[in-house]
Order: sequence, then structure tokens, then C-alpha cells
Amino acid sequence: MVTMGLLLALSFVVSLLALAFLIWAISNKQVAPDQHDARVIFEPGDEGHVDSGETATSRPYHFDTVRSGIDAVSTRPVAVLLIAATVWLVIGSVFGLVASLKLHWPDWLSDHAALTFGRVRTLHLNLVIYGWLSQVGIAAMIWVLPRIFHTPLRAPRLPLIGAALWNAAVLLGAIAIANGWTDGEEWLEIPWQLDLVLALAGVFFMVPLIKTTLARQVHHIYVTGWYFLAGILWFPCLFVIANLPYVHSGVEEATVNWWFAHNVLGLWLTPIGVGTAYYFIPKIIGKPVFSYAVSLIGFWGLALFYSQVGIHHLIGGPVPTWVATLSVVHSVMMFIPVIAVAINQHITVGQNLWALKESLPLRFIAFGALMYTMASFQGSIEALRSVNSVTHFTHYTVGHAHLGAYAFVTITMFGAVYHMLPRMTGRVFRWPALINAHFWLVVIGFAIYFFGLSIGGWLQGLAMLDGTRPFSESVILTKPYLEARSVGGALMTLGHLVFAFNVASILLPQRVPESVRTVPAE
Amino acid sequence: MNNYLPLSIISLGILAFATLMLVIAPGIEMARPEPPAGLRPYTAEEQRGRDVYVSMGCLYCHSQQPRAPEQAPDGERGWGRPSVSADYFYDSPHQLGTMRTGPDLLNVGARLPSESWHLTHLYQPRAIFDWSIMPAYPFLFEVKAKAEEGDVVVALPPGFAPAEGVVVASQEALDLTAYLLSLDRTYPAPEDGIRDDGYRPRGDAE
Repeated sequence: MVTMGLLLALSFVVSLLALAFLIWAISNKQVAPDQHDARVIFEPGDEGHVDSGETATSRPYHFDTVRSGIDAVSTRPVAVLLIAATVWLVIGSVFGLVASLKLHWPDWLSDHAALTFGRVRTLHLNLVIYGWLSQVGIAAMIWVLPRIFHTPLRAPRLPLIGAALWNAAVLLGAIAIANGWTDGEEWLEIPWQLDLVLALAGVFFMVPLIKTTLARQVHHIYVTGWYFLAGILWFPCLFVIANLPYVHSGVEEATVNWWFAHNVLGLWLTPIGVGTAYYFIPKIIGKPVFSYAVSLIGFWGLALFYSQVGIHHLIGGPVPTWVATLSVVHSVMMFIPVIAVAINQHITVGQNLWALKESLPLRFIAFGALMYTMASFQGSIEALRSVNSVTHFTHYTVGHAHLGAYAFVTITMFGAVYHMLPRMTGRVFRWPALINAHFWLVVIGFAIYFFGLSIGGWLQGLAMLDGTRPFSESVILTKPYLEARSVGGALMTLGHLVFAFNVASILLPQRVPESVRTVPAE
Repeated sequence: MNNYLPLSIISLGILAFATLMLVIAPGIEMARPEPPAGLRPYTAEEQRGRDVYVSMGCLYCHSQQPRAPEQAPDGERGWGRPSVSADYFYDSPHQLGTMRTGPDLLNVGARLPSESWHLTHLYQPRAIFDWSIMPAYPFLFEVKAKAEEGDVVVALPPGFAPAEGVVVASQEALDLTAYLLSLDRTYPAPEDGIRDDGYRPRGDAE
């Protein structure tokens, strides 16, 4: 297969050349993101001041009139999306917990088809991806992009229509899946008829964001903008192509499936999480990111390499050898953009550890950013053929997926929500201890979840690779680890209830003594 | 990066390139005008059963893609020869799967050819394997006082049978079982079969 070897080499060489060109362009100032551009996130007077003020005891945050004019327009669509996202998070977590319990209590709730493991697990995935993560991501985009572009959101009513359509489609999709109407592929279960509604809703989110971009009052697009603006183009393309009915079949359908599913992580959820961290970390600390030029390598490296990793889900399967190898190679290349992002985000936090004491949201975001590095490093290693033989087909992969989608993206978004809400409402969180409780519940719960599945999954994989051990051994030995996962998952779900309470407590009108109210303008 | 348009065009260009590499090129390579000799299309009953398999989400615990002996002992476990892309000629949606919480099923019809076994196992997996964590599917069955003509009665060991009456398979359970029994790719792999040979020892490749 000389031609296929050539294709493989071609893809790799093209990506490497593109990266080399980018590095050349940066070092020769062809594209010149200088450190000055990184300061576009600050209004005059912002820089050098910590942007906290979520609780009554912390210093009131800086609040200038320009910014408040921008935020005031974004507040309504952001609030609607956040409330809906939070509801789906809670429902989705409950389904996740039920699915987890059913793996070690197989006869629990087995009388109805809607509650069988295969459907409950699928409801969990679709609700947290489409209901929670996508909506909280769009909320963050609607909040952050006008701020970095120094102009109010354009067409601010459209996202409200989008949210109504999106949530109707997610709800109907969930009902469809519970009743056994599914497109039958992982990450693509929602029936394509409803996917049309989701795609239409997406247009209502994209148009205001693109209009705001074109109307921006600053010359430079801040790094968060690259991730967000690319994400809202990538995701619709992926979503529409992968959901086309009657086009895909057989193993070709499987390659489309994993091209889509891994790119949802890489080109949608990752841009949401990384873009959010890139804005809030320096904004909260009050200092620009460590090296703005390196952030370019992080972004384009992500685009070049992450977009081609999906077929590592089919290693050892009925696909051409070269395409599996291609995805392994690009998975390993992901070290480059991940290290670039790590340099920027972790060094910025590391030089300003004091800020973690000042800002509760920063704790979530800094933790989430750290988990991005961990999840990506783990993913690169997991794609190696030798490691993949053990971990593929086991619960280890489920642990890895949650390290990315949960510990990284979800926890980052918790921090963003806690930072946005006081600025949307002009109020403070009355019970900061509950934010802290939320943090420790999800972090400890996740640690139990992750180590349980990683150890159990690895042992499961080793047992399956040993032909002298019966298959039953690989099932029996995982049971205690599956129980541990349920314990971790229960703590995480409890944390989400606390989160929902915190969101409700600041959004609902509160009767607070005049003295503890923040004064918005100084 | 100060311009929206170049950013958009290059981002979409990179995605298009990835699509070419991951989807279009392998799709062209794997496209076949004909199914392999030995593979027959699903019957109407088997296809209905496949729809039940899809709607119950069996995919989330069972793969349908035996690995090569160089990689894993799937053959020794009776899961069948390494599958090639042509083996899935009639499959849509694909059900290759990513988990083996339960065993691979691509050849389960050849390995476990008894309808009665599958019906018992679907009604209550723990009636056969006490260690199993597979869901039971009692809602695919009906408990009747007495079997009527044409009813397929499920054989159950004491302790799993209802106190009174008999357990009868629904049409869905029969369809699903027909699909499981149809899973049999034991015919020889086509000469030009495509699969990931990345685990084959060096020098053995072409």
C-alpha cells in the first residue's frame, strides 16, 4: 500500500510544515501578537487589580460604566442559557449516577425499557454534552466576546430564540432516546430530525456572535476569541456532516462517528474550556498571560493535530492501517499545543498563587486548566498502540473521558459561572462557604471516580488480554471499582445540587440588609 | 491575529483537510461494490432484531470487532477471526462499539447457536452466569398463566421462574434473538479485506 503510506506521510508533513511556518512567522514578526495585545482584556484601571468580589467580605470589584453597558446587554441571554444549562447538569448527573449504580446493581430498576442501562447512560451523555456543556459554553461566549471586543452584543434577542429551540430539541431528544428512538451511534444518538432543530438553534447563537465580532471596537482579536470563533464554525460543520441521514454506512460510518465524536471534544468542548480559561485567569489575576506569542502555537497546533486524532478509537479494528496510525501520530503531536497552553496558563497562575485565596472562581478555573494538561497528556499516551491494547474497550477510557469533559471543561465552566453571576446581577453570593463546599465535593468525588475507573479499567484490560483467564474474571474484578465510581459520582452529583442552589440563590430576588449589598459604582 | 476572515477560512480549511484524511480517503479505500461471498443480508426479522439491539443500547457494553491474534486472544475466546471492513457491508447504523463490559458479539450466533439459551439469558442473565452484570430485560417478556399456541416459553431454573405461570417471549425478544443468531462472520475473510494490521510483526506486513 504505497499510496496509503504516502497519504499518511503527506498528512503528517503538511501539519509539520504548517507548524514550522507558524513558528517562522512568529519569530519574524509576520504575525505579531506581542505582549501588548494580551492586555486587550483590561479596561483602563483594571490591570494590576484582582477581579474578585463574589462575596460580601471581599473587596468590591472594579465596575466601570463602559463595561457595565456591555454586560447589561449580555446579561439576559447569558442568564437564560445558564439556568437551562444548570437544570440539564443536574438531570444529566442523576442519569449518570443511575447508570453507574446499574453496573453493579444490574437488577435495580430493570422493569422498564426507558430505565435500561443502554438508555440511561445515553441520556446522561447527551444531556451533559448538549444540555449542559454546549449551553454553558455559549453563555460564556456571549459574555466574554463583547467584553474583549469592547462593544455590546449585537442582536441580543436572537440567542433567546436559539435557547428556546435548543432546549426544546434537547428535551425531545431525551424523550426520544428514553423511548428507544435513536440514531444508534455514540455521541450521535439524538434523532436526525431533531438535530435539524439543534442546527437551526445554532444559527441563532452564531449570528449575534459573528455580528459582534465584525462590529468590534478593538483591532486585535484576543486569544479567547480565536478559540470561540473557530469553535462556533467547527462544531456546526461537524454536527451537520455527521448527522446527515442515509449517507453513511458500514465502517465508513464508524470513521465518521469517531471523526465527529473526538472533534466534539477537541474542536468544541476544548475551545470552550481553553478559551474560557484564557480570559478569566489573567482577568481575575489582573495580569496578562505569561507569553502571548506561545498562545498562537497552542491554538493552531490544536487545530492541526486534534482534528485528526479521532480514529484512535478504532485502533485494531476494521479500518485501513494507515488511518489508525495517522490518528496515533497526531494524538502524540498534541503534546505541542498542550504544552503551549500549559506554559501560558499554569505559569500565569503559578506566579500569582496569592490570587487563589482572593478568588473562589479562580480555584475552579485554575484546577480545570491543570486538568486539561493532564487529560491531554493521558490521551496522547493512551493512543499509543501498546497502551491502547490494554485500555481500549475498558472502563479506563471512561475515566479518561471524564478527566477531559468533566475535570477540565465542566470545572472550568463552574468557575466562569461563579465569576459572571455577581457581575450580571450586581449581587454577591450570600453563602461563600457553599461555593467552597461545591468545589471540594466535585474535586474529591472526581478523584474517587477517576482513580477507581483508571485502576479498575487497567486491571480489566490486562485480564482480557490474558487468554488463560476466562472473560468472567475481567467482569468480576472490576466490581469494587465500579462501586467506587458510584461513590465518586454521588459526591459529584451532590456538588451539582449545591451549585444549582448557589445559582438560584443569587438569581432569585433576595432580601438582604442594605449594608451587605455591593455598591456597583464607586 | 487581527482579522476575522482569515481566521475562519484557515480554521475551516484545516477541518476540511482532517475530513479528507479521516473520512473521505478511507471511505474511498473501503468502498466495495459487492459484499463478500458468505455474507448474506439480514432477513426482515433479523433487521427488526437489530433495531431492538440498537434501541436498547447493547453497543455500550458489547463490541462487534474481534481483534487480531497478535493483539489480543479474541480468537481463543471464540469471538472469531479478525474482522475486515467488508464484513459490515449491510450494517447501518454501525455497531462496532468501544467497550467490552461484555464479550464481543460479532460471531455470537456461531458461538452460542441456541435460541432457548439467548431467551433465558435476555430474561435474566444471572440465571446462567451468577457473576454477570448485564441488565435483565423482563419487559421483553410476558408472564402468562398458561402458554398459548405459538408461544415460545422461556426455560428458567428454579428461583428465577415466576411463582405462578410461565414466561413467554415477546416478538421483540424473538427478533432480537434472531439477530444475535445471525451474527456469524465465520466465512473466510476476503483476500483484499481491509483492517488495521498495525500489530502484525515487522516484515510480515506486505
